[in-house]
Amino acid sequence: MAEMLKAMTALGANEPVSVTVGPVTVTERFDVALASVAARRGRMAELGAAAKVAGLPLPGPARFLAGTPYSTYWVAPEMWFVEADLASHEMIATTLKDALGDAASVTEQTDAWVCLDLAAPDLAPLLERLCNVDFSGVPDGHATRTMLEHLGCYLIKHGPGAARLYGPRSSAKSLLHALEVAAMSAF
Amino acid sequence: MIIHHPILGPRDAQEFVYLGDASLIDRPDGMTAGVEAFHEYLYQRTNPAGEHQELWYHEQGDRSWLVITRNTVTHEITKVELARDVARSRGRSQ
Repeated sequence: MAEMLKAMTALGANEPVSVTVGPVTVTERFDVALASVAARRGRMAELGAAAKVAGLPLPGPARFLAGTPYSTYWVAPEMWFVEADLASHEMIATTLKDALGDAASVTEQTDAWVCLDLAAPDLAPLLERLCNVDFSGVPDGHATRTMLEHLGCYLIKHGPGAARLYGPRSSAKSLLHALEVAAMSAF
Repeated sequence: MIIHHPILGPRDAQEFVYLGDASLIDRPDGMTAGVEAFHEYLYQRTNPAGEHQELWYHEQGDRSWLVITRNTVTHEITKVELARDVARSRGRSQ
């Protein structure tokens, strides 16, 4: 019998990678399902009502809202990225599509991104070297697209020392390398 | 240069991509407007020394198209609007 097939993580390993440089710890998350939800033209009210029933938070511009089972962050006018636990929501796009009907366009995003959790007593010295987000100035729950190491990424601030970064999966190793180099120079 | 995005507030200009004259919004109907009108739309641009309306794309942000009113002499930006709103105010629905 063939052995059971097992997917590799974005960084190409069997198990998620965790790297510590000085006070900074970067942890790859392989347990997050991701999908995008966008309102179809002129049907925002319909989507809002369906999202309320489905328990899907729809935060305002540049914001993240945590919830169970769905946490959501704003990416564009009338468009959001939805996070959920991969073990229970591996089919997140199908589940959302069923819940939201045709008022929304839903796209599977899980395999397009590498998800990295950043942790340190203070992440500002690291992130100010990498991108132009004013990390210490923005409030917790701030979510924005920004450029790190020439890569378009989503950065979500959970606290002064906690952030989640979504980068293009095909450049996962480059992104991790950039974080390591910046952490070495910052601390 | 800082662009005051109507939704996201002040953002660095390096996050944006410049496309060109905002008159690109006013595309004539290629089937009915005639060759002259389409030629005008496609090739003719004014090149003002002063106030100019331009299309910018917030590529490293929320990926919205903006219409920015900029003075080409001083680089002063006097107005930033969502291109969607501008197009609709000019009677476009698509």
